[in-house]
Amino acid sequence: MINRNQLLTLLIVFAIIGTAPFLITRESTLNTVILILYVALLGQAWNILGGYGGQFSFGHAAFFGTGAYSVAVLQLQYGINPWIGLFIGGLLAMGVALFIGFASFRYGLRGSYFALVTLAFAEVLRILSNSVSFTGGGVGILIPLSRDPANMQFANNVGYFWLIWALCLACFLTVWWLGRSRFGAWLQAVRDNEDAARALGVDVFATKMKAAALSGFFSGLAGVFYAQFYLYLDPAIAYGSAVSIESLLVPIIGGMGTLFGPLIGAAVTHLLAETTRHFVGDVPGIALAIYGLLLILVVMFLPRGLISIFGRIGGLFGSRRAADA
Amino acid sequence: MLEVDGITKSFGGLKAVDGVSLSVKQGSLVSLIGPNGAGKTTFFALITGFHRPDGGTVQFDGKNIMGAKPSDIAQAGMVRTFQIVQPFAGQTVRENIAVGAHLRHASRRDALDRAAEVAEKVGLGDRLDMDAASLTVAGRKRLEVARALATDPKLVLFDEVLAGLNPSEIRDVIPVIRAVRDSGVTILLIEHVMQAVMQLSEYTWVLNQGRLIAEGPPRAVAADKAVIEAYLGPGMAARLSAQAKREPAHA
Ligand SMILES: Nc1ncnc2c1ncn2[C@@H]1O[C@H](COP(=O)(O)OP(=O)(O)OP(=O)(O)O)[C@@H](O)[C@H]1O
Ligand SMILES: [Mg+2]
Repeated sequence: MINRNQLLTLLIVFAIIGTAPFLITRESTLNTVILILYVALLGQAWNILGGYGGQFSFGHAAFFGTGAYSVAVLQLQYGINPWIGLFIGGLLAMGVALFIGFASFRYGLRGSYFALVTLAFAEVLRILSNSVSFTGGGVGILIPLSRDPANMQFANNVGYFWLIWALCLACFLTVWWLGRSRFGAWLQAVRDNEDAARALGVDVFATKMKAAALSGFFSGLAGVFYAQFYLYLDPAIAYGSAVSIESLLVPIIGGMGTLFGPLIGAAVTHLLAETTRHFVGDVPGIALAIYGLLLILVVMFLPRGLISIFGRIGGLFGSRRAADA
Repeated sequence: MLEVDGITKSFGGLKAVDGVSLSVKQGSLVSLIGPNGAGKTTFFALITGFHRPDGGTVQFDGKNIMGAKPSDIAQAGMVRTFQIVQPFAGQTVRENIAVGAHLRHASRRDALDRAAEVAEKVGLGDRLDMDAASLTVAGRKRLEVARALATDPKLVLFDEVLAGLNPSEIRDVIPVIRAVRDSGVTILLIEHVMQAVMQLSEYTWVLNQGRLIAEGPPRAVAADKAVIEAYLGPGMAARLSAQAKREPAHA
């Protein structure tokens, strides 16, 4: 079964990525790899609900921001270690996802309605975090510097690299499991035809809720990583639409509903944005403009994402067609 | 096995299903016929939980399933197909059928193996790795049947699985349906193709404008005055029988 090959491919890819800290000596280059992994995590988290479940969220910032604020606030207000905060952050993000999922799926909201509801929730959270005090309000929140792995703060990028590498691997393994499990089959059935899935015994509501939970959890972990990496948050960073857009563009550009699509999408979008920044300087919004252009090109010429370029190799890289061949 | 009593459903002012009662015995192969818009598909949707009935009761396998979710009803062993086929486009035939098989098989491998088995049974064995969207109409109908069968149902509801097939395709599918029944699955089918109803089913109910107007063995039902009028219009039964009386004179 090619699925075993797919797992092997996944492990090899992550092993190769894992050589980065040994081969790359320039901090800034390693930084690029870290950010690609971080964006891949964001995108893969979205891919679970959007790519495999067909529920297009425009508000993944709601989960990301909740994870990020959780780890920060828990440290500052309650002195809770970020390693514990990592899980609490993920779980709270999952809670937000379940809440939004319940509010939408219960009433059968789909398509653009679901997208709008998620967007609205993220906006509500952004406004709330702006107005309450324990988030630091509009001023933001600064996590005090204490470079110690015990505090999930690392003296150099290598520590952050392994952190995001591990989080990313966990998320990618989860998605690999989706491709070979009953839950994943049901989720894709719900995406492709809800009524047919229902008739065959699939509990559509429960399936979407579980997907939302997983998606929210990993998005929250990305938020935790962001908070610990930059040590600063404000409402626009945590709950702003930039994260939501990045979350969905990466898998759409790379290939929705595929295991490796988000990784390819993350690498291409990030490298392209960085290259542009290198040439035209740090123009505000330039990254989003680049993403937008890339999105239009992909939608026009490669509707199944960049991964479809790989053709037959693409099969090995996890297109659905090959997943069960 | 299935006991429906006085089930009713209105859409706005239209009574799509109006106090329909029928019962299906275990192991039988029976049918529901009626002109277009009679309420047949709505009846299937009602007893499988897709629509909430306005009134009446549904018992399946001794349990009251009124108001139950479609997924729970499928789990209990009653599964419908769709008149307008609903493939999981973009998934292969094998993957499509495996979704049904997963109802009874948790493991992916078991579900995929079971899917291949069922595909063989309905004559899709040679198209396992084809995209479901690229199947012909006849192929898609077979896929509907296969997915439902893969759930290992006790009672399967086929909604016009022969419609849109040409006579030779119909001749191919009829034995498939019969084999399903012979394997112990009870079947209730909606059909427009009279030849199939006559050949296959032991008993038939006739629905017209939401109400049952006749029931009995297909041959008796086909000769029923009310049924002929429902299909062909008022007065047709009298004209047909008058014509039948005149026939010998012509000879
Ligand atoms: N969801 C719905 N909303 C409103 N009206 C509906 C709905 N579903 C069915 N109807 C109406 O109910 C009546 C019965 O429709 P139904 O599809 O059950 O008929 P049918 O016997 O299956 O017909 P056919 O042989 O054409 O498939 C029709 O008049 C139809 O227009
Ligand atoms: Mg119908």
